[in-house]
Amino acid sequence: MNKKENMARHIEIPLKADDLSSLHAGDMVLLSGEVYTARDVAHRRLYEALNKGDKLPFDLKTAVIFYAAPAPTPPGKIIGSIGPTTSYRMDFFTPKLIENGLKGMIGKGNRSKEVVQAIKKFGAVYFGAIGGIAALSSQCVKKAELVAYEDLGPEAIRKLTVVDFPVIVINDTMGNDLYAQAENMWRVNN
Amino acid sequence: MDKIRKIDSKLITETVKKLFIEANTNLGQDVVSALKDALTREESPLGKQVLEKIIDNADIARREKMPICQDTGLAVLFIEIGQDVHIVGGDLRAAIEEGVRQAYQDGFLRKSVCDPLTRKNTQDNTPAIIHIDIVSGDKLKIIAMPKGGGSENMSAAQMLTPATGEEGIKKFVIEKVKQAGANPCPPIIVGVGIGGSLEEACVLAKKSLLRPVGEANNNDERLAQMEKELLTSINKLGIGPGGLGGRISALAVNIEMLPCHIASLPVAVNIQCHVARHKEEII
Repeated sequence: MNKKENMARHIEIPLKADDLSSLHAGDMVLLSGEVYTARDVAHRRLYEALNKGDKLPFDLKTAVIFYAAPAPTPPGKIIGSIGPTTSYRMDFFTPKLIENGLKGMIGKGNRSKEVVQAIKKFGAVYFGAIGGIAALSSQCVKKAELVAYEDLGPEAIRKLTVVDFPVIVINDTMGNDLYAQAENMWRVNN
Repeated sequence: MDKIRKIDSKLITETVKKLFIEANTNLGQDVVSALKDALTREESPLGKQVLEKIIDNADIARREKMPICQDTGLAVLFIEIGQDVHIVGGDLRAAIEEGVRQAYQDGFLRKSVCDPLTRKNTQDNTPAIIHIDIVSGDKLKIIAMPKGGGSENMSAAQMLTPATGEEGIKKFVIEKVKQAGANPCPPIIVGVGIGGSLEEACVLAKKSLLRPVGEANNNDERLAQMEKELLTSINKLGIGPGGLGGRISALAVNIEMLPCHIASLPVAVNIQCHVARHKEEII
């Protein structure tokens, strides 16, 4: 986790099996490709659609979901400020999504045991993005289009094309957890 | 005989609008200075990178007039009305709500308010959370504080027993910060309200976040000391910038206190992310 950013790996979406097995907690990654924004209510809807056997608004197979809801797009911009929301709120729905093909998640903060296990079992990855740098992050978004659930406003599902979006691997296919490792490394015991 | 000063509600609307746009795009210099100071003290290379990006982002947001964070918050306001003020032209709360509505619409700020049960967005970021105080004088002070959901979610209040005392308070605060970990976008500012009642402790904790970052409690030496001790303990937790490990997990601990019931020891912790936004104006 002390690697410099200039050692970051460039990874393309869709994520390949090789990428997934070779990504380790602490790896810095510059992610390029299509990601779907979805957070609280969108997750509930996706989860309910899966339970009912309904068609999802986008193909979950090999998909990467970004837990985010952007600020409105000002004139002349591709998108407004955008960054990760806290991931644990999606934990209840996530194992089901991973079982159905979801390969990557971008958010911030710890995941539940169930999510960490599903990541390991089905071969997926949880990336952390830095929260609160949304003006900067918006510069990595080159295209944005509305996909579904427009009624949710900022929480609607959007397809974003990102280029070199800086993230860091938090949970990998080996079951490692960067947050726990980092805290153990830096904690000062009295 | 005191003269009554008239203030037009339209001026209140305009001021509220201006303050919310300003707060969301222009990070206070106290926060920027605290972040720059943190950068000199952070030992983790990754932690340094995170702090650099946070500082860069504040510059970009200010320059491009973009929100610092996509979560432009619940619109929290603290209003102090001089008792010699008479508001004309409309209802005070309606004037404030209209200012919030216009700020979030015209300022391209995210509307993040919804019905708690249906989760249906109210579309204009209202209702605002408005705390009103009547004070002496003929001025009206408006403090606009957009508060993000991620850090608010990590906040908590508890009625401790008097027996637990100061140690109990410290333990509770540290436990909340530790549990929060990476979730509330560290480095955080920890607002603590001690005493009063359950709701008063919560308001105190939130109000303490209005203090310039790095300034100690000037009214009570005991609290200034407790702030220092808690900050040291929190920065030993290892959470670090972005929760990716490091020395700087918090930039400040701010404590405010009021007397409480002999049976109680209320304590509230209001966690603020590094995007600590608030702007104020006196009319």
